[in-house]
Order: sequence, then structure tokens, then C-alpha cells
Amino acid sequence: MNDHLQEIFSTLKKNKLRTTLTGLSVSWGIFILIVLLGAGNGLKNGVMSNFSSRAVNRISLWSGTTSIPYNGLKSGRNLHFMEKEISTIHHEVTQSDLITARSDKSQTISYGSEYGTYQVRGVMPAYSEIEKLVIQQGDGRFINQLDINQTNKVIVLDRKIVEVLFKGKPALGQYVKVGQLMFKVIGINSKKEQWGGSNAYIPFSTSQVIFNPDKKFNQIMFTVNGLETKAANERFDEALRNLMGRSLSFDPQDKQALWVNNTQAEYIETMKIFGGITIFVSIIGIFTLIAGIVGVSNIMLVTVKERTREIGIRKAIGAPPSSILKSIILESIIITAIFGYVGLMLGIGVTELVNFLMEQAAAANASSDSMQMSVFKNPTVDIGYAVFATVVLIIAGVLAGYLPARKAVKVHPIEAMREE
Amino acid sequence: MIDLKQLHKSYYTEAISLHVLKGINLHIDAGEYVSVMGASGSGKSTLLNILGILDTYDSGEYYLDGTLMKNLSEKQAAHYRNEMIGFVFQSFNLIGFKNALENVALPLYYKNVSRKKRNIIAMELLEKMGLKDWAYHMPSELSGGQKQRVAIARAMISNPRIILADEPTGALDSQTTVEVMDVLTNLNKQGITTIIVTHEKAVADATNRIIHLKDGMIEYETRKENGVHNAYIHAVQNI
Repeated sequence: MNDHLQEIFSTLKKNKLRTTLTGLSVSWGIFILIVLLGAGNGLKNGVMSNFSSRAVNRISLWSGTTSIPYNGLKSGRNLHFMEKEISTIHHEVTQSDLITARSDKSQTISYGSEYGTYQVRGVMPAYSEIEKLVIQQGDGRFINQLDINQTNKVIVLDRKIVEVLFKGKPALGQYVKVGQLMFKVIGINSKKEQWGGSNAYIPFSTSQVIFNPDKKFNQIMFTVNGLETKAANERFDEALRNLMGRSLSFDPQDKQALWVNNTQAEYIETMKIFGGITIFVSIIGIFTLIAGIVGVSNIMLVTVKERTREIGIRKAIGAPPSSILKSIILESIIITAIFGYVGLMLGIGVTELVNFLMEQAAAANASSDSMQMSVFKNPTVDIGYAVFATVVLIIAGVLAGYLPARKAVKVHPIEAMREE
Repeated sequence: MIDLKQLHKSYYTEAISLHVLKGINLHIDAGEYVSVMGASGSGKSTLLNILGILDTYDSGEYYLDGTLMKNLSEKQAAHYRNEMIGFVFQSFNLIGFKNALENVALPLYYKNVSRKKRNIIAMELLEKMGLKDWAYHMPSELSGGQKQRVAIARAMISNPRIILADEPTGALDSQTTVEVMDVLTNLNKQGITTIIVTHEKAVADATNRIIHLKDGMIEYETRKENGVHNAYIHAVQNI
């Protein structure tokens, strides 16, 4: 085999221009394909990461102000949720799963001489799962049902607040002042708020007692299961409006009375768009591959035509047809494999470089309070696709070499030797 | 060694068919030194190509060493060419991107002889041809005579039983012609059946038997007796 390879390499070496041209078309095809797939993946990963930073099946409700008179009630009424709305959703919305009320209050939080003003959120235990908060090992816990039941004065702080207030000293078990009241720090959240800023979380019941003695609040968040289509989500939103309309006495058609943000519906829509983008990228990828295949085939055709005389001479001195076929096909495989590998590595190199630069930029961003949204993330390609594309090109190279080689092998040596 | 019986060959184009060989009967014994002469278009090169299994014939029989050379597969033809026959062409037919040594060694590659061994054998042959110092030169760097000697060395490397030379001196000057003919004569003296197609009388005179072709038929042949060819008509066929 080694001898055959040496013989083939000597032929390839003696025809540098032809070899390079064939190889470049293969390299370029694979390179473009990898970069293209990488770009598609980067876009998808970027948007997906934005979704995955919170539960994708999340529905948020904000109470608003009525704009349509209803049942003898005038428009312009400010609506508020009470705990019964939580109970209504929990019991009547069969698709609902996790649920939390949320009430926000901007408060000064201090520890010793350090202080800052932050959003203090009164939430229920499910909030952590819905918002995918990150409480690492050794960073305590989130609010639990016992805290709610006993209206405990406990608080979970975002890491940024801990850094500001405690300056590296241990925070867990310490007491911080929220307004005029002392709260015990029970947990530290490491997840950065997507839109910037830092929050503190206290039991919803405690928040209601301290900040909302009238028991009113204006945000409910819950997750839903089984809403897989756009139509199902539309039906669900309509039913939800009807339900809340009955509970809060507003016209279900009154969009300003209740604001509904259905992430699940957005997710389905976005996935549809990505389905389209994936198809688009695949089509471009397939056409790029076809262009590569045509390039290889074309050059192999010319190569064999160019070598007809040489093939005639080889046959005249006793080369069996199988040997000539084998050498041309092996040449084709070697060219496509080596240059395909080069294109593959260059493509992966470029996508990895872009990924590296983006990670550097993300790391620099992470230390700031700026927005953490990304539209492009990890633009790398599954190695399986890349190898598959290279193998397809190699097979194309084999076929491209085989067909003209077979023809050349069948020509009488004497006719082949007359070719110039 | 070689037996031809009523061998016919035609070439067909869209417009015409050309009957090139018209019933050739010929017997050549092992070790003979033969030349084939004739005007252009007489069929001498076609005859040589058929003898060398580079071309096929339409009808008749061709026995090589007792085996009928008919309906051979490409693989079988390659086997006979590689094992029994060495070719020398007017235009040398060396592979341009291989040096002299690689060109000479190439037939052994197809016999699966190792690179090292075939290079040693090729170098010995080049040395015999007086081309040792030119072994690593490309064909484009060699003179006509040198190229032809490289081609002869390549024809010799498989230890063929027959050397077929098609106008081996056609592209050479008179001095080089003498040198090349000396090489071929020496090969024949080693027992190799040597058949040369030529239109040069001096070249043919060096062989022991001259077959004269005319219009695709053997017109007559002469044999050398006491160092000179006797001009007697041996046979006229198919009249």
C-alpha cells in the first residue's frame, strides 16, 4: 500500500497546479459550508439561550387599567390582583403548573455602612424555578413554603448586591436592613438579570404584610403544559382573559385591563422561524456541496482526459485496468480527503475563533451591569455534519474519478497513446 | 513462438472502412530477429500493434506461444503485455513527469516488485545502456538516442521474450541509429525474439529476416545468408 501511495503522491506532486486547483475547490466548499452552518447555529444558540434563561412555557399577567365600560362599571378603573386570582388560576386553569405572585418595591438595603437601592420582590417558591435562578452549592436556599406560611423575614440576594454590601465577607445568616426592617440572608442568586440591575427576593406573604397592607399586587407568573401549537395558545389566552375578566370584572376584549405575555407562544413562533432558517441554511449548504462536487467532478474529468496518453503508455507496459482505476480513484480520494480536511479545519478554526472572541466579550460584559441579551452564541458546528459533508465530497470525488477513468481504461492503448 | 493465420483487420470510420491487414499468414520462431518493411499505410504498424496485443484483429488466428490471443479481457491482455512483451516506440513514449530511472522501473511496479528492488534492477539496465549518470534526469533533459535507450531499458526490465519496436530509429540521426540498433541486436543475441517495424533499409538489413508488406499483405520476405539478404520471393498470399 505504501508503494501505491508513493506512486500516487509522485503523480500528484508532479501535477501541482492541477492538484492544488482540485483541492482548493474542495477546501473552499467545505470551509463555506462549515462557516455557514456555524453562523446558523450561532444565531439559533443565541436566541435559544435567551429563551432558556427563563422557563419557555411561562405566562406573565399584569393587571392594568380598564378602557371599556363593563357591567355598569366605568372605564379607567385600576385593576389589581388579590390572592383569589392565584387560587383561581391554580384551580381552574388545568394547564397551569408552577405559579407565583410577584410584587416589586424599590427599597434601600444596607449592611453596616454599606447600602444600595434595589428592587425587592415579594415572590413565592416557584419563582426560582420559573425564572431559573441559580443558587449554587454553599450559597444557601431560596424561599420555601414555610417562609410563606410564617411570613418569615428572610431574604435572597443577587450576588451583585452581596458583593456591594458584604465586600467579600460571608453573607449567609447575616441580617440586612430593608427599609427599616431586618431580614436574614438565606440565599445568594448567581444568575444575572437579563435586562441588568439586581434584585432581592423576600416571601410574598411578608412583602404583602409590609408593603401592601391592602393585599393587592399586580403581577402573576405561571407555567403551562401541553400548549404545543399557536392555535392552542390563542385559545388558551382567550380563555384566560375570560376567566380573569369574570374574576376582576372587566371585558375580556379589553386588552388594557390585562396584559398577557405568553412566552410559550413566542417560543413556538421563534422555533418556526428557526425551522425556516435551518431549511434555508441546509439548502445553501446542499448547493455549496453540489458546487464542490461539480468542481471536483469537472477537474477529475479534465485530469483523466489530460492523462489519456499516460494511461495508454502505462497499459502498453502492462498496467492492468484495475491498477489504473485504483490509482485514479485513490488520487481523487487523497485530494478530496486532504483538502477537505484542510477546509474542515479552517472552517472549524474560524467558527471557534469567533466563538472565543464572543466568549471574551461576554466575560467582559459579565462584570458589568449591562444587558445580557445575545443574538449570536457558540457559532460552532456539530462535527458529525462536517465529517458527513467531507465524506460526501470524497464519495463525489471517487465517482467523479471513476467514471472517466473507466472510460479511459477501456480505450485501446494505441489510441490512448495517440492523444496529445 | 508467433503464429498468424489468415489475420484480417479493418478500421471503420463513419464514412469509410479501411481494410488494413488482408489475411496475414506468418510464423516467427523464438529468438528470431525480424524486421517488417513497407510503405506508409501498408499495415506494418497495425501488424506490430496486434502482435503486441495493443490492438485487436477482426478475423483469423493469432497464437502467442501456443495460446490463441482472441477475446482477451483487458486484464489478460495486460498480463501478456507485462510478462511476455517489451515495447519500443518511435516517439519513445516515456512518462514526462518521471525521471529515467522511474520510467525504466515502472513495469515492475505493475508486477508488485518493491520500489527498492525495481530501482536496483532499473539502475543496472541503465548502466548497461550507458545511462547511469542520467538516471535521475527527466525525459525532457535527454537526447533522442538517450530517450530511446531508456525506452529499451524499460522494455527489457520485465525480462520479456519478445521485443516489439515500432520505428525505433525513426526520430534519430544516423549515428544514434547505429547505437540503438547495436543495443537491439545485442538483445536478440541474448535470445530475445526481436521484431522491428521500419522503413529504413539499413535498419532492416541489421535483422536476419525482412518481411515486406504491401497493401496489407506479405509481398515477399528475405532471409540473411552469409551476412547478406537474399532477395527471393518467399510467398505472395491471397492473390
